Amino acid sequence: MTAAVAGVRATARMVARDDGRGGTALPVLESDGPLALRRTRGSGAEPRVMLVGAMSGPLGGDHFTVTADVREGARLCVGSAAATIALPGQTKGEARYDVRLTVADGAELRWLPEQLISAGGSDLYVGTRIDLGATARLVLREEQVLGRVGEEPGRLTSRLVLRVAGRTVLDQELACGPGAPGGWDGPAVLAGHRAVGQLLVVRPEFAEEPVPARVLGEGAVVVPLAGPAALVTAVAPDALLLRRALDAALAALVP
Amino acid sequence: MHLDHSHDGPTALSADAHRKDGTRRALRIGLGGPVGSGKTATVAALCRALRDELSLAVVTNDIYTREDAEFLLREAVLPPERITAVETGACPHTAIRDDISANLEAVEDLEDEVGSLDLILVESGGDNLTATFSKGLVDAQIFVIDVAGGDDIPRKGGPGVTTADLLIVNKTDLAPYVGSDLARMAADAKAQRGELPVVFQSLRGEAGVTAVADWVRARLAAWTA
Amino acid sequence: MSRAALLVLADGRFPAGGHAHSGGAEAAVKAGRITGAESLESFCRGRLYTAGLVSSALATAAVLGVDPRQLDEAADARTPSPALRVAARKLGRQLLRAARATWPSPELDALAGQFPKGAHQPVVLGLTARAAGLEPVDAAYCAAYESVSGPASATVRLLSLDPFDATAVLARLAPELDRVATRAVEAARTAVEEGVDALPSASAPLLEIGAELHAAWPVRLFAS
Repeated sequence: MTAAVAGVRATARMVARDDGRGGTALPVLESDGPLALRRTRGSGAEPRVMLVGAMSGPLGGDHFTVTADVREGARLCVGSAAATIALPGQTKGEARYDVRLTVADGAELRWLPEQLISAGGSDLYVGTRIDLGATARLVLREEQVLGRVGEEPGRLTSRLVLRVAGRTVLDQELACGPGAPGGWDGPAVLAGHRAVGQLLVVRPEFAEEPVPARVLGEGAVVVPLAGPAALVTAVAPDALLLRRALDAALAALVP
Repeated sequence: MHLDHSHDGPTALSADAHRKDGTRRALRIGLGGPVGSGKTATVAALCRALRDELSLAVVTNDIYTREDAEFLLREAVLPPERITAVETGACPHTAIRDDISANLEAVEDLEDEVGSLDLILVESGGDNLTATFSKGLVDAQIFVIDVAGGDDIPRKGGPGVTTADLLIVNKTDLAPYVGSDLARMAADAKAQRGELPVVFQSLRGEAGVTAVADWVRARLAAWTA
Repeated sequence: MSRAALLVLADGRFPAGGHAHSGGAEAAVKAGRITGAESLESFCRGRLYTAGLVSSALATAAVLGVDPRQLDEAADARTPSPALRVAARKLGRQLLRAARATWPSPELDALAGQFPKGAHQPVVLGLTARAAGLEPVDAAYCAAYESVSGPASATVRLLSLDPFDATAVLARLAPELDRVATRAVEAARTAVEEGVDALPSASAPLLEIGAELHAAWPVRLFAS
């Protein structure tokens, strides 16, 4: 990490646990500074938490962390109220956004935030680390939009690591924008697409019966990972078309 | 490189004549030749002629992925598990001569998965007159040309025509229509090949693939002797 | 041992199956994203800093003695496309065969026993470099170079591109190959201390997507 000069450091935490009556309780729901967590409607069995950006997204030098701990048998769905926008700060330097998710055996997390938009001049590193128990279930969506409308993107590096029962099943980093290693916008990586996203679905039953690899369109595929997980990778010209592709994939994967 | 001895390692490296357990592995015969000369049809006919007396399998090397394998599957000359396709990246001669690794995997996988085999036919993708099989891949090779490709091919020679263990001149039934002189082809082949055998064949004729099947039987008898 | 062994190993004619693979170039050509030398260069650069860097670091870590089983799992985690995982193992198996014939070593025999259907190619490449007496940095260079030389020679066949232009593309990428090899060696050394999670995981969405599209075609020239 580069020097965080006068940046904001904030950590929001949530814990979901089985309430013993067939539902899920949220004993911890801790907002911090710009990261506000709100419980919204949702069923008793699956409470819903919204991440509300009380200030604008991460600026240069900021370091945000969000953690969710879904304990044995609990269910949780997390969304965000609006897209997160990475902006250049007054202090030059990288901003960092860490997401740490743990889902225990028999628990389920649906992590469906809105897009992350990399605004011109910004510089953000996003690290998402997910640790799942062997029988945990997960649906996770990640969408990156390179630049606001008609704008050159900032620099964005995003690493997604999934571990199931201690074994790394997916480790992927995508770097794009000015200053990223060469070729990021070329024919091997993004080729001018301005929205890129992933949908990760983990189900213990996928270990026995993997999702077959399938082409969902010129810019989207679903593939079985080397573990009980399926991954949708999609690129699209814009955020709307990307969401459409991921929604269709999600509907097909999780009927 | 031709490694004709056993290795202690988990798998053979090249054309080792023995299996891990010391028994003699399947005889491997390569079939090469120009596009359209009738390699796949000959392979299909050989399978039909030999499948009741031998345990055999086929590896195809296609230019465009699996076309030849799929022809053999459609013709149902062998059960599907006995037919494997190797993809050759637009260079069929490379896969049978310069870099035989994919073909070696294919023949070994067939032996592992199908069980004990007597014979594996390795069919090259259609290529030019210089394409020959590596000795690291096959034990004997057949070069297939046809009368319609021009009756001067035997005279022109080239490694396939000159050195193959068997030369097949195919589609003799077409000779009158394309103006090919079979006697001249036979004389030219003799001049190029000396004592190496040549078979003139029409798969539409009564004899069909008999002469070639007999040649294969003789090779196999020598291999297992 | 001789440094010149690197020339043998990195030679495009080394018989390890690479000629049947395009490194994603065939899919990119079909999609109209590679149309000539300029777009080939951009493709190769993108592949170099993503799949190339990852392969280079995996190979280097193998030379440094990191457990091949762990490296193979790390390669799986960094290769979401099953078509690419299959291709990598196929190529690994073919390379191992060539390597065992070329530089016989108990370590390579053990690897063949451990992975009868093939380990990821970069892992095999690293252990091959070890068997050939090469240095970690040599394996880093070899893997990085392969990540761009494969697509370049495939594009010559696919587009009938002038071979001089394709070779000039590779020459222009040379300083960047240096950079990637250096980074790969650093990362591999860190992985020796901290474990395989420290290896780079740079990814290229269109290589992953293109590989699956390509695998679904009924007719193609290259295996991947």
